[in-house]
Amino acid sequence: MKRIVIVGATSAIAEHCARCWLETGPADMLLLGRDVPRLERVAADLKARSPDSSLQTAQADFLSPDDIQAWAARAYGAGPVDIVLIAHGTLPDQPQCQADLAASNTAMAINGISPVLFAEAFAGRMQQADHGTLIIIGSVAGDRGRKSNYVYGAAKGLVTRYAQGLQHRLAASQVRVVLVKPGPTDTPMTAHLKEAGTGLAKVEDVARAIVSGAQKGSRTVYAPGKWGLIMMIIRHLPFSVFKKLNI
Amino acid sequence: MLSDRVPIEQQLHADKPGLAFGRGRSYGDVCLNPDGVLWLTSGLDKFIHFDEASGMLRCESGVSLRDIQRVFVPRGWMLPVSPGTQLVSVGGAIANDVHGKNHHVHGSFGDHVHRIVLKRTDGSSLECAPHLQPDWFRATVGGLGLTGVISEADIQLRRVEGPWLDAETIPFQRVDEFFPLADASEAEFEYTVAWIDCTSGEAGRGLLMRANHNSDTSWPVTHKAPRTMPLVPPVSLVNALSLKPFNALYYHSNRMRDARAHVFFERFFYPLDNLLEWNRMYGPRGFYQYQSVVPRAAGADATKEMLRQIAKSGEGSFLAVLKTFGARAPLGMLSFPMPGVTLALDFPNRGTKTHALFERLDAVVREAGGRLYPAKDARMPRQLFEAGYAQLGTFLPFRDPGISSAMSRRLLGS
Repeated sequence: MKRIVIVGATSAIAEHCARCWLETGPADMLLLGRDVPRLERVAADLKARSPDSSLQTAQADFLSPDDIQAWAARAYGAGPVDIVLIAHGTLPDQPQCQADLAASNTAMAINGISPVLFAEAFAGRMQQADHGTLIIIGSVAGDRGRKSNYVYGAAKGLVTRYAQGLQHRLAASQVRVVLVKPGPTDTPMTAHLKEAGTGLAKVEDVARAIVSGAQKGSRTVYAPGKWGLIMMIIRHLPFSVFKKLNI
Repeated sequence: MLSDRVPIEQQLHADKPGLAFGRGRSYGDVCLNPDGVLWLTSGLDKFIHFDEASGMLRCESGVSLRDIQRVFVPRGWMLPVSPGTQLVSVGGAIANDVHGKNHHVHGSFGDHVHRIVLKRTDGSSLECAPHLQPDWFRATVGGLGLTGVISEADIQLRRVEGPWLDAETIPFQRVDEFFPLADASEAEFEYTVAWIDCTSGEAGRGLLMRANHNSDTSWPVTHKAPRTMPLVPPVSLVNALSLKPFNALYYHSNRMRDARAHVFFERFFYPLDNLLEWNRMYGPRGFYQYQSVVPRAAGADATKEMLRQIAKSGEGSFLAVLKTFGARAPLGMLSFPMPGVTLALDFPNRGTKTHALFERLDAVVREAGGRLYPAKDARMPRQLFEAGYAQLGTFLPFRDPGISSAMSRRLLGS
């Protein structure tokens, strides 16, 4: 059975990725999260979909380097892991981050530092085993800072640079590092955007793009794919034009 | 969007009346609430438990029927009843008490629901089942979402050997031939449905399709990706020029073809799911569907009269379906199916002309003691609704005062 670790397993994108993987056969999954009752509901759903799978849930402190190291060690205690998906995050309120440095601090830590520490904890073990796929969820918001959410964008930008470096480090190994940049996706995290009329991608489609991109070993996966083109344009807009956009 | 981060009943307070919204596949205004609040159930998409021995599934109400079929059919379990599209939610299937091509064998969707959890806008939560608060159960099944927000349900799946059906297509020249053919087919086939050429007038030629499950357990290699209607054409593609030749072509090509076939269940049950956004072909003004049921005694005459009116008007479309319902009594207080014959047709919206036809059809339905299907309706007069649904008075006390829809304001006054 495939061994899969999902960090932030209650995120809608992560949950749908898990469903996709179980469609192809049973797996041994470790689901890490903060909210235990919700983690257990995710595990029950996956168990109903794939009764032969083994599903373990655990509460982790996402901001504690020791806890992160301990969970990676525990996951590898039972043998090498095939897939690690690092998917946790929050969408902070930009004006609040500007007004309250503590909010900025939390947003940076949970969306930037925490995923990077998880990746680092697993990357060493994957390198040692010379096996595995490490998938990190970044965001299109990390491609260029915008006034509407640059704190979140900066945290995701940190993840992007980190993933680049890790890809460079592991280029000669069998380990694949996949950076996923979802566009705005229809999940509970973005419910307020939907009310504001933003067009959102279906979470099932985003999850499929991630799973197939990871299988191919792509270094960067935009999900849906059209965001690759949109962000290329946004990255290259001259500032004189960019500053006039209300995005 | 409702989420499982906090108890659902705590999310149901709003200044304005709200309404649960599943996948939005109802054709009319039963799932709409302009100026109010919609509580989207798409985030409530988890299975809670499945008992492999008994086939009892407990799931959240936003789970789609497609998700259930795709997960459980390979394991030998299937929804006993599913409508013409699987892109609907469990909550919507219950609230509209939907039916399928096997009504004469398995009844409607609600007949297989063993428990419902209902969240009310006063912050309470209640459980109902056929033998637990049965009045609440009968009000909620087919209750158009007006008794509360369905958050989860237990559904009894049925055993199937595999995903294939043995289907036959039998042409008939006249509606009079349809009825004996349908009766004979119901005795031997689990699924029966007829396509009818609505341009052929009172005669009503058509094709009866009937099928049974097959024991072949093989699986097609891949799911064919559905196509999408890419744009809304400026005018309806279904119009006076296209309709007659298209219907004739369909009738004759199927009449000539070898009548027996081995069909994958998704193709037989959900032919339209292969063309996403198919409704766009009706152009920017959209379409209405008109689905009626009339008691069997009046069935043949009423059906012929409706077909005559439709052919005379020149309205209508490619999608016209005739089906006999089984003898079982409707489960919910406002459930649509009743013993008799149901006719469903799409009509491109051509304004007053189309509405004038509907009024003539209403008269036939009323005269025959029939009723219209709220899940498909956007325009029936209030009197016709009241005449068709005799248990309406029993239903009203179960309404949640914090819930309202465009349909409830139109047909119930609030």
